[in-house]
Amino acid sequence: MSDVVEKTLTALPSLLSLDSQPGATKLSSTSKLGNLIRGITELTSKHEEEKLIQRELVSIKEQVSSPNTSMRQMKELMVRAIYCEMLGYEASFSYIHAIKLAQQGTALEKRVGYLAVSLFLNESHELLLLLVNTVLKDLQSTNLVEVCMALTVVSQMFPKDMIPAILPLVEEKLNHPKEIIRRKAVLALYKFYLIAPNQVQHIHNKFRKALCDKDPGVMTASLHIYLQMIQENPEGYKDLTASFVTILKQVVGGKLPMDFNYHSVPAPWLQIQLLRILSLLGKNDQGTSEIMYEVLDESLRRAEMNHNITYAILYECVKCIYTIHPKSDLLEKAAKCIGNFVLSPKINLKYLGLKALTYVVQQDPKLALQHQMTIIECLDHPDLIIKRETLELLFRITNAQNVTVIVEKMLEFLRFNKDDFTTIDLVGKVAELAEKYAPDNEWFIETMNTVFSVGGDMMQPDIPNSFLKLLSEGFDSVEEDRKLRLFAVDSYVSLLQGEPGKLPQRFLQVISWVLGEYSYLKEELEAATVMRLLAKLLDMKNTSSETKTWIFMAMTKLCEGAAAVTVAQEVCEAYSSSLDTVLRQRAQELQHLSQDPELRARVLPRDTSLEPLEVDSSLSFLDGFVSEALAAGAAPYKPPHQRQEELAQAKALSLEPYGLSLPISMSSCSIADRQSPTLLSISSGLSGDSTDLSHKGGSTTLKLDGVKRVWGREGYLVQKELVEESANVEVPSPLRSPSQQEDTDSSHSQTPTPIPTPEHEQEKQQLASSLFVGLASQSSVCLMGKSEPTPQRFKRKAKSPSSSSGASDQMSNSLSSTPSTVDNLLCNNLLDSNITSQLVVSSPEQAPQLSQGLTAANGTCDVELSDSDVKRSSPSVVEDNSVVAADPAPHEDGPKDLSSHLPAELAGLSHSDITPLCSNQSLDISACHVQKDDSLLLVVFIYNSSESDAQQILLDLDSDELEVSCVCDSPVQEARSYSVAVCQYSLTVKRPSVNVELVGTFSYQFPVGTPQSVQFSYKLPLTSFIRPLTLSTEEYGMMWLDFSHDTKQNLTPISDGQEPLAATLNVLKKKLQLHVVEIIGIEGIVACRLLQNQPCLMHCRLHAGSLSMWLRSPVPDLPDCLVYHCQRALQEH
Amino acid sequence: MIKFVLMVNRQGQTRLSRYFSPVELSRRNQLEADVTRCCLSRKRDQCSFVEYKDFKLVYRQYAALYIVVGVTDNENELSVYELVHNFVEVLDKYFSRVVSSGSVSKSSRHRHLKLLFMVFSFLYFLFLFFFFNVYFFNILHLLNYSKMFWYLIFFFV
Repeated sequence: MSDVVEKTLTALPSLLSLDSQPGATKLSSTSKLGNLIRGITELTSKHEEEKLIQRELVSIKEQVSSPNTSMRQMKELMVRAIYCEMLGYEASFSYIHAIKLAQQGTALEKRVGYLAVSLFLNESHELLLLLVNTVLKDLQSTNLVEVCMALTVVSQMFPKDMIPAILPLVEEKLNHPKEIIRRKAVLALYKFYLIAPNQVQHIHNKFRKALCDKDPGVMTASLHIYLQMIQENPEGYKDLTASFVTILKQVVGGKLPMDFNYHSVPAPWLQIQLLRILSLLGKNDQGTSEIMYEVLDESLRRAEMNHNITYAILYECVKCIYTIHPKSDLLEKAAKCIGNFVLSPKINLKYLGLKALTYVVQQDPKLALQHQMTIIECLDHPDLIIKRETLELLFRITNAQNVTVIVEKMLEFLRFNKDDFTTIDLVGKVAELAEKYAPDNEWFIETMNTVFSVGGDMMQPDIPNSFLKLLSEGFDSVEEDRKLRLFAVDSYVSLLQGEPGKLPQRFLQVISWVLGEYSYLKEELEAATVMRLLAKLLDMKNTSSETKTWIFMAMTKLCEGAAAVTVAQEVCEAYSSSLDTVLRQRAQELQHLSQDPELRARVLPRDTSLEPLEVDSSLSFLDGFVSEALAAGAAPYKPPHQRQEELAQAKALSLEPYGLSLPISMSSCSIADRQSPTLLSISSGLSGDSTDLSHKGGSTTLKLDGVKRVWGREGYLVQKELVEESANVEVPSPLRSPSQQEDTDSSHSQTPTPIPTPEHEQEKQQLASSLFVGLASQSSVCLMGKSEPTPQRFKRKAKSPSSSSGASDQMSNSLSSTPSTVDNLLCNNLLDSNITSQLVVSSPEQAPQLSQGLTAANGTCDVELSDSDVKRSSPSVVEDNSVVAADPAPHEDGPKDLSSHLPAELAGLSHSDITPLCSNQSLDISACHVQKDDSLLLVVFIYNSSESDAQQILLDLDSDELEVSCVCDSPVQEARSYSVAVCQYSLTVKRPSVNVELVGTFSYQFPVGTPQSVQFSYKLPLTSFIRPLTLSTEEYGMMWLDFSHDTKQNLTPISDGQEPLAATLNVLKKKLQLHVVEIIGIEGIVACRLLQNQPCLMHCRLHAGSLSMWLRSPVPDLPDCLVYHCQRALQEH
Repeated sequence: MIKFVLMVNRQGQTRLSRYFSPVELSRRNQLEADVTRCCLSRKRDQCSFVEYKDFKLVYRQYAALYIVVGVTDNENELSVYELVHNFVEVLDKYFSRVVSSGSVSKSSRHRHLKLLFMVFSFLYFLFLFFFFNVYFFNILHLLNYSKMFWYLIFFFV
């Protein structure tokens, strides 16, 4: 074989040059591609390049479309077209020719054709459909090279709808004797998994085989699939942890062939990939984490060589160690590693160290203390990127004590920053910090002023909105509110007296709203003065018309007293003839309201409480007017869509002129009442729903300062006991007052010399003490085990009692399943016994054993209810052993039979096994789902086995795919001792998926003790939501054409019995609750609906021993999911 | 995840480009100009990673040629940085072989070498990218793995 390769290699130059003449000497001078490339390298200006390429493209186009061009020439033209496209010039005319070349060419021409296709087209390109047949043909070819090419192009791109057509062929290739084919097949399946996960769900076992392949290349390829799948569902693959650990151990130990080494580091990118997988698996799971401690330690030890790539591995290692369940000596080593990173003189390493530190401080803020001096140096680093990363780090360690210094640093950066994207990001962070930790009113208002003026009009619109909301909602103390508002008014008046022309529009809007609303608080300030200031704004050239409407609104609120009315009249005169209709409207309003103080007081009442106004959305107060108008012969109102439909039906030319584009924006309309511009969102917030505030993080929740913040969205939740490390924690210099901090800070930032003199050193120390002031105290609080909340300034009024999270213990998910030991043994034995030569050897007799073991373990990890579990239960069968069997860890005195607690009205319906979800101390939570004809109910049982009653029970269910609503009128509040409380929830599918999952939080309190909360998850198959849909064949035909989402797939029918089609459909009908509409010969039509009333139609046709199914539905993803369930139902049969 | 790879020269002209997520041709020019400006303006002693919009750029300079890789924020920048070097090493190894096997005369060799580099790096880029599907790790492993490397040439040339 190698001889052939060598020969090919020597012939390469002539092939590569795509030249008709053989011989390496002439390759570059005569080939046209060579000429093109040379031409381009010799040119200097972009303009000349453009001219050259255009000329080139014209000549390519000419030759390509000429019928006399041979395949060989076509190949050469394609390569030139690719080059042009890569330089950024469109060569779309050649796309179709590329496909033709792939279809008709032989060997090398085909290769170039495929190459061009994969470079030119993207997944959604319509021309790609033309390629499907070629791929199909090549996949079946006996020529290895052609198979290889086809697989490669499939793994690059393939139309989603056509996957079923080639899936069996690709699957077949997984068993191919050549490893390169196997590897490419795995990559192709990976691509399928990315674009249509439901279609490849049945081949998970084959992925496992690929993971155990004896060729490292195939194994590496399969890791991509696993990384993706584990990201989506870490619970399902816990049993593979041992295998991944073994693989990593072997890689680290240098068991791979030498060719995988990069600068004598064995397969570094593979190591990084494996570490990522491990960190996903070990997160929040002590059992799994314990398996990997050893190998992580080994990786840390091995990666001591001084080369960039080892640092990249170390970084991944550190991240992994801080993500999984902590182990103290590993943490110590990781911390040391981070130290090496940040202290390194190499700038890239420093950057990586800061990034690691940013990640790590979420778990362990004290680490920042150890490196405080380095962090401060980085803060003044000439490289903006380092500075930016440092600010990110500081953002994570902010608390009430150091907020002033950190925000000051951020604002300083913002003033110099030019990049819009960074500005938007940082401005949001500053606003968040200011709102959370502001020490006093003056500071808060001033900081927000800077935010508004620096952020300008680029910033997220919710920053001013939430600021105004904060002002208008107020806090717990009325006096505080008044002071804050007064200060805001003061500061804005002085701003307007200065140079308002430079302020951004958003800021002006905020100012005018605040002045309109609250300037009465300042008694010595006359309304007329404010009016004049505002009028000045109106006259400025660069004030946008949106801002002007805000100003008008403010003036309307303000005009009180003779002087103010005069100003108002002047303004009205100027604007009542404005071309902008909205402005004109506002001016008219102002005019009328200023003349009629009584009406104004009614329309815009001052200082009302914040209760939202009742909005009559049905406009019922107009009923009288409407009926009068109808009686007078007016046409009845038609909603816009109906009008449009009628217009389309009439198919007449629209003779109406296009609508004027009026500059009406939502924000200018929404200020029409006197209350907060975000009134609507306030009212929705009051209904107990805090989702609209979620962006602002914990702004609605209680702030418990001094309690260790658990930052990470994916961070580790369990508090770590790090008693011994407290010795290292020290604050270099005594605390200083905020004003002194400011002083040192500003003087420090003014010093231009980068060389630290002792004086500077001292300043840095001071800066450090002000930056890291809160961290030490945090940890001490943590150690003492008591929380000492420092006063939180901007505490929003508590809205929902359940949102307090600081004190309640977060119990880690008790659902986390331990992998079956049998399986582990199997893996270990298998992998360890053959450790010597190859990575994972699966000898013939062991391989099936392994895959069996893995299969057995697969799927048992989670509370997964397959549809077969759902049983028809009549009251008499209730005493069956199903409940006892479903309970894996029976509590001594647990209720033996929960199903007797099923509400009477549900007892007769079919329900799933009652599965225990989680248990905590003396509470056991179990659940089952009950299938009603028109809905699906989730019944949750809470069994209290303790002496005392659990109170303030709150069950919060959430899901991406489902809509959950409580059935009972009053939710369960308490669970009495030794009894079962039952809650019912009705579930509706929002977005179909093969298995839908619910995540719930259950919080409760015993009379003695703190509030507790537990999390659990519940999984149920989509089939529980499927109901038969009864309709006639004609109706079916009509509906079929209307639906847009469809899927086709071939299944294996049930072969026993006389009529396979009828038998198969009967099985499906029984298992999935489908309705068989009609069976005609070899074709059958079936219908079902997804609750509530989302139909899905199926068309089955028996053809050459396989059952081709075609599903259509108006709901995206539903056909895909149903096909999967059909497939499973048939396999299980 | 890698989003795109660019090769630009010191004058800021794009020499080669490859996008792994579809970007319209019209938007590419703007993006390439921005990206190039970001990287060329940086000094040697500055960090090789730059923030650009919502992703990071990792660049590496080889004489007058810059290789710029756009990656998502959660990527390990240093590993990508080394990946670029790995790629260049492979090119280097391959070309020195090709050049010595050809019968290029000594005088014109230097001139040829430069051109050869361009031609071959382009073609080689194509082959690589053909392989470069979805993720980058395995491809570079392949290149390291010399047996695979021959396969690559055998199958893709």
